[in-house]
Amino acid sequence: MRRLLSLSRSVVGKKVIMAVSGLILFLFVVGHLLGNLKVFEGAEKFNAYAEGLRTVGAPFFGRGQLLWIARIALLVSLVAHVWAALGVTLASRQARPVGYRYLETSETTYAARTMRWGGVLIFLYVVYHLLDFTFGRLNPSFEPGNVYHNVLASFARWPVSAVYIAAMLVLGLHVYHGAWSALQTLGWHRPPTDRWRRGFAAAVAGVIAGGYITIPVAVLAGVLR
Amino acid sequence: MDLTLHVWRQAGAATAGRFVRYELGDVSPDMSFLEVLDLLNQQLIGRREEPVAFDHDCREGICGACGMVINGRPHGPRAATTACQLHMRHFPEGAEIWVEPWRARAFPVVKDLVVDRSAFDRIIQAGGFITARAGSAPEANAIPVPKGDADRAMDAAACIGCGACVAACPNASAMLFVAAKVSHLGLLPQGQPERAQRVLRMVEVMEAEGFGACSNHGECMAACPKEISIDFIARLNRDYLTSVFRHQPSEEGPDPAEG
Ligand code: HEM
Ligand code: FES
Repeated sequence: MRRLLSLSRSVVGKKVIMAVSGLILFLFVVGHLLGNLKVFEGAEKFNAYAEGLRTVGAPFFGRGQLLWIARIALLVSLVAHVWAALGVTLASRQARPVGYRYLETSETTYAARTMRWGGVLIFLYVVYHLLDFTFGRLNPSFEPGNVYHNVLASFARWPVSAVYIAAMLVLGLHVYHGAWSALQTLGWHRPPTDRWRRGFAAAVAGVIAGGYITIPVAVLAGVLR
Repeated sequence: MDLTLHVWRQAGAATAGRFVRYELGDVSPDMSFLEVLDLLNQQLIGRREEPVAFDHDCREGICGACGMVINGRPHGPRAATTACQLHMRHFPEGAEIWVEPWRARAFPVVKDLVVDRSAFDRIIQAGGFITARAGSAPEANAIPVPKGDADRAMDAAACIGCGACVAACPNASAMLFVAAKVSHLGLLPQGQPERAQRVLRMVEVMEAEGFGACSNHGECMAACPKEISIDFIARLNRDYLTSVFRHQPSEEGPDPAEG
């Protein structure tokens, strides 16, 4: 505990916390994508999957218990991730009080430079998303338990689909720099990792953004109805 | 060749600075960038104006004293080149060149292009000594070092401590410098006894000096005149992490892990 505390006080340590919490959120994003793709198997299977999220672990866990454990783990990860990001950003802001007239960049990427605002956008998106599908407040015709219907009802409106698609592109950028950066922060640099890190980050980011985007596109195109 | 220089002039740490424009003729393409500043200073002295202050020593790219941001790049536009080794033939005739000091809270401007880099010295001091026997040179094969480790230690040891990594970093982070200094000892058998304590202390002082946090942009590596790789930053991260969790505080002295 004392050592975790000393980790949290250092900016190098905060980056470790950011990397680990980010990897947990990343695992969720991958799992959520795999689950969501069941929407292509039809209403019955997709709704059964959503119901399964609540009954999984029975009879050792009661209804929704494991789901709540997962939610709490995600929330803790999110808080740690944002808290560390704030600390790191503040340290860097203060580190250069007088800026350059001009500083050229050559190595950095668009993804790396947009991590801070990209994170804020993804957070806002998640809030909207929960209000849409979990709480149903912003869903045009929310039916508890009929997840398939809820998804189609939202995505049938093209502005909603456009927001989702844009958010997935932002998420892809965030995951691209995040994945490679996390490997760097956790010290995974030795051969052969150094050769596949960049490509790996690009591939998972592409698959995640592309995978999620298929759903609103399929609804708009009338493939899912 | 003819040049237009815009040089950052700042009388002292407490005063505000500004760019001053100078027209310069008769510049030889064989001059180094520092010789151009010498030429300018001769003219300024002739006009009884204050010459431009800038740091330099070896002028052969090995001491790390020189350093300024030239047209938006630390040490200027050439890769693997210090300002003292940057020759004017790499600039077009009539070039307009902007020159600024390193900009970081931990590197306060002393005057014009001179910044105080003693924060780096304090980081080095925090690293402490190694317990290997110094003095007369040891027998070369007494301590075997794998070739790959020796090579990588030498790559890290190429750091001349100029500060270009901090200057280039969008976050003004000193991670590349500290990574190089931690790694060149950490890769060698002689550096093992103090390895954990060294990385913890150096990181602690680095942060106390007010450098920013690494976001893995990689700009430091592009600016480094010795082309030190950010792989060393990954190494530093790993070393730091294992040291925080594994290092047993020694009997004497404060334990850096306790912060
Ligand atoms: C096309 C893309 C997406 C679709 C169709 C989708 C669909 C859904 C649905 C239907 C739910 C409710 C599940 C239920 O109540 O059983 C949900 C929950 C959730 N989604 Fe998504 N989602 C998408 C993308 C994302 C992304 C990219 C993220 C994260 C960055 C995300 C984060 C969440 C969270 C945090 C929940 C709440 C989980 C809970 O119930 O605790 N979603 N999503
Ligand atoms: S003056 Fe020594 S490196 Fe440039």
